[in-house]
Amino acid sequence: MSFLDVLYFIVPSAIFYAAPLIFVAIGGVFSERSGVINIGLEGLMVMGAFIGILFNLMFVDTFGAMTPWFAIIAAMVVSGLFSVMHAVASISFRADQTISGVAINMLGVAIALFSVKLIYGKGQTDYIQERFIRFDIPLLSDIPVIGPMFFKDVYGTSILAIGVAVMAWFVIYKTPFGLRLRAVGEHPMAADTMGVNVTKMRYIAVILSGALAGIGGAVYSQSISGEFSHTTINGQGFMALAAMIFGKWHPLGALGAALFFGFAQALSIIGGEIPYVKEVPTYFLHILPYALTILAVAGFIGKAHAPKASGIPYIKGKR
Amino acid sequence: MDYIIEMLGIRKEFGTFVANDNITLQLKKGEIHALLGENGAGKSTLMNVLFGLYQPEAGEIKVKGKTVKVTDPNVANDLGIGMVHQHFMLVENFTVTENIILGNELTKAGIVNIKDAAKKIQKLSEMYGLNVDPNAKIEDISVGMQQRVEILKTLYRGADILIFDEPTASLTPQEINELIQIMKRLIQEGKSIILITHKLKEIMDVSDRVTVIRKGEGIGTVVTAETNPNELASLMVGRQVEFKTVKSEANPTDDTLVIKDLVVTDYRGIDKVKGLNLTVRKGEILGIAGIDGNGQSELIEAITGLRKSKSGSVTINGINVTNKKPRKITESGVGHIPQDRHKHGLVLDFSIGHNIALQTYYQDPISKNGIMNYSKVSELAQKIINDFDVRTQGEHTPARALSGGNQQKAIIGREVIRDPELLIAALPTRGLDVGAIEFIHQRLIEQRDNGKAVLLLSFELDEVMNVSDRIAVIYDGQIIDTLLPKETSEQELGLLMAGQKVNSNISTQGETTHVE
Amino acid sequence: MSNRLVNILVPVISVILGLLVGAIVMLVSGYDPVAGYAALWNGIFGDAYAIGETIRQITPYLLAGLSVAFAFRTGLFNIGVEGQLLVGWFAASYVGIAFDLPMYIHLPFAIIAAALAGAAWGFIPGLLKAKLQVHEVIVTIMMNYIALHTTNALIKVVSDGGDNTGTINASASLKSAFFESITDYSRLHYGIFIALAMVLLMWFILEKTTTGYELKAVGFNKHASEYAGMNVNKNIILSMVISGAFAGLAGAMEALGTFQYANVKGGFTGIGFDGIAVALLGANSPLGVIFGAVLFGSLKYGALNMPNEAGIPVEIVSIVIAIIIFFVACGYVIRYFLEKANKKKEAK
Repeated sequence: MSFLDVLYFIVPSAIFYAAPLIFVAIGGVFSERSGVINIGLEGLMVMGAFIGILFNLMFVDTFGAMTPWFAIIAAMVVSGLFSVMHAVASISFRADQTISGVAINMLGVAIALFSVKLIYGKGQTDYIQERFIRFDIPLLSDIPVIGPMFFKDVYGTSILAIGVAVMAWFVIYKTPFGLRLRAVGEHPMAADTMGVNVTKMRYIAVILSGALAGIGGAVYSQSISGEFSHTTINGQGFMALAAMIFGKWHPLGALGAALFFGFAQALSIIGGEIPYVKEVPTYFLHILPYALTILAVAGFIGKAHAPKASGIPYIKGKR
Repeated sequence: MDYIIEMLGIRKEFGTFVANDNITLQLKKGEIHALLGENGAGKSTLMNVLFGLYQPEAGEIKVKGKTVKVTDPNVANDLGIGMVHQHFMLVENFTVTENIILGNELTKAGIVNIKDAAKKIQKLSEMYGLNVDPNAKIEDISVGMQQRVEILKTLYRGADILIFDEPTASLTPQEINELIQIMKRLIQEGKSIILITHKLKEIMDVSDRVTVIRKGEGIGTVVTAETNPNELASLMVGRQVEFKTVKSEANPTDDTLVIKDLVVTDYRGIDKVKGLNLTVRKGEILGIAGIDGNGQSELIEAITGLRKSKSGSVTINGINVTNKKPRKITESGVGHIPQDRHKHGLVLDFSIGHNIALQTYYQDPISKNGIMNYSKVSELAQKIINDFDVRTQGEHTPARALSGGNQQKAIIGREVIRDPELLIAALPTRGLDVGAIEFIHQRLIEQRDNGKAVLLLSFELDEVMNVSDRIAVIYDGQIIDTLLPKETSEQELGLLMAGQKVNSNISTQGETTHVE
Repeated sequence: MSNRLVNILVPVISVILGLLVGAIVMLVSGYDPVAGYAALWNGIFGDAYAIGETIRQITPYLLAGLSVAFAFRTGLFNIGVEGQLLVGWFAASYVGIAFDLPMYIHLPFAIIAAALAGAAWGFIPGLLKAKLQVHEVIVTIMMNYIALHTTNALIKVVSDGGDNTGTINASASLKSAFFESITDYSRLHYGIFIALAMVLLMWFILEKTTTGYELKAVGFNKHASEYAGMNVNKNIILSMVISGAFAGLAGAMEALGTFQYANVKGGFTGIGFDGIAVALLGANSPLGVIFGAVLFGSLKYGALNMPNEAGIPVEIVSIVIAIIIFFVACGYVIRYFLEKANKKKEAK
């Protein structure tokens, strides 16, 4: 295999595996930027994955080829609603945000699996019929060298993922909403004295993170696994969380980190066919994302600063 | 009278504590009106009422002649009232512009229009001589400039009335000068200013009238040009008849604590203790008088090992303890009643008994070979509870549940029973009732009578005067004078605390600040 | 309302609410909650075998709960129990198959190996927290996954490419012929005594030693501890190491007692996450951990009976446990208001 062949082989896979991570990581960015830690992204992603498959199986006759897209919308709504639990606990009840997140994780997995057994009578769903289709982007896929690498046989969801990341960057850094969001996460009292409604901002951010995690889960289950069982989302949500940290809470950074983690995952799955890579024990490829995150959080890969007020409930009037 | 703000008969309570008792303040249009009082007199509370952060129990507020209810800061903003906070409300990693427009952003097609906003801010900055760079990040600019950003925030929102809360607390002398110029400029442009401060020099320099508050009560309003620092000091400090603490003459002997040329910086790296010299002898109580923010906290932290000193030395009974760890210092014979008893003095979630063991838990007989002897802890706790009149249901009561006075008595008991050569008492009676205060004073005198050295830090002048055998006044990180209580007066101390020696101007760091 | 009372009320109310929500979920799904909870009950107490297996299930839960609770007492959140448990599991299994020694050496050796492995796995997040102030939550979660892949890889190596280490030598086994005889051949093993001994140990360390005194002080108030001369960093690391050791022991229970081998896993055991529930419910005290472990261990095992007897998926119990944690987390709101009332009193 030539180097170019390797790239043609690996890059599309990397983007493919990265797409769900991107959605969830961006969701995490919104939540944490507002000052609410959301460890529950894993559980929210599981919910999304489940709803995605469920909707797909149930409504494939109604929507045909468009079913996966509607399934994503359904997953978005359900996970968004589910995340309200975390929002209420963390913001209004001032519960420990980490504990609430852990509870959400357990709950998401439990409810999803419970529902699968309830509806299908067995531990995993059937395989979906309608998946996301791949297509070539007109014109761009004809560009020599990079054309076949980036623009051929592309999933619509991958494009959406990158689009969401770019839009998130725009919203967070260019709009008033984004300015207030960041202020609320850094110095909520300052924002409060300037008339920004801290509680409202945080609620919006958390629900947004739930919605995005749902989308990510639905994309994962409908494009990568094709069905839902207890091993479908096994740590993908945490990996997205890691991508967020590795990307230093910046949407484009998270995008880059997610692509990198997707690359690492792709490598661990198809690496056996690439020269040199197949010499590296898959073990190292498997732990690469996690080890990197620890290094990133420990500051060995530049200082990673969480928003200053992250994890601290805002109490009005406390001096 | 052309009053732009009137606060009439304001009363503000916190539970049973009356912070403001029937206070009247009237601000004329175009004047700088100073609000003077000691720490805890109630100045900030009054202004927080005006700014809408607190609601008064009684009284009336009028803005431009109309009675208003200021229910929250947004209402205050709409009324043209802006507050420049003592502790800045700035997002560190935002730019100046972003901080100023937050919540009130200029937009173009949904995008924040930073460019035009920055231009507006630049114009405002020039108009008032504020010299602020709209594109700088807050974390990169000086404290002085940060404060000017706070000022700009109020101006950007169209404030006509600006409240400055202790604005010079964190500024260098140079920055203070600049601020005074800015305030005068603001007045020229038609604003009115209320200046909360305890610094007499600044009041004389810049204000038109002064309202004095003492212990929650309004004492009166005077015209600055018709008064002088002496009179202001006596109004601020008051001529109260406090019971004199009964004590015999002191018989001080050898030096116990010797501090030479100590320099200590605060968490920002700014020198707070600037080459300080101090000696405390066996058998005497040395009281440090001074207004909060002049380096006292950093001094105590350096002596007790909670903060590193930059240079200089601290010796106790001849042993050099500079920059040693807290335990080493404690073992050298130091007892410390910390200024913040909840932060450094107690583990609130422990029982009072377990708290009493905090300094000695690792020693025989409280523990042996790593095993705690909790019955010995109980014994010790019981003894202290009895000897030091700690009112509690028992030593198992969580420390949190005790009143401040009893918590403090427990701490004092814990420290005193170790028989320290040097006892440091930092704000030992802060927030306590009269009975507890008297008890604690007696204990301190007892220590001194037993030949120990006592270092007392206090913001309360009567305490310092009654209890100390010698008084050292700290101002701007140095001891500017040491006196005997019977040879001085509260007025003189008040002046010294504010940086004024009788018949001369105290200069800070060797430069004289010019009065305009 | 005394603090003691609140400490007990919050978990109790949370459990009741959790069970209620579980009943509602069952109803909504078309199942019969009464039959469901009856099946649950039978799954726990139905016969000698069930009781035996339930106690066996409680064993690692005790240790996992201790692990989380111990860390909590020092102000640390150890979500890494899953990983620490896995490395402990492997270490114990490896010692079990690799050596052939008399039992009174082999068994303790295997157990200590597990504790050391777990301790080492806890040391890393502890060190990072103490020296670099890195939040232990993210690090421990990452360490979980690293542990999963690492132990899987090691098992493959040890078993020459297979997915199972093979049965450990009997000299390292916790199996009990006595228990087998009275519980109809359930897998209940002697590990329960070790677990209970550890509860005692945790109680002893925390309540009787100077180390425990320091650990608690540091957990409650770093500043006062620093002023009292304690080494805050050392205590943080120590707490994570001890916590990890307990988790490693939980792994030893599974390796040497329940399964007698280590195998490649597709995911976590769940014991670590349930350990968080146990600790939370037990308000981080040794006695509370016993109650929490008994409750959750029973629920987890009894749930296995629900599909058979009432046709209800086992996950219903996971839902109940998650809801209980959720309510306990929110229950701190009561405590918060209590503290606020106290603070106001003192500030005056």
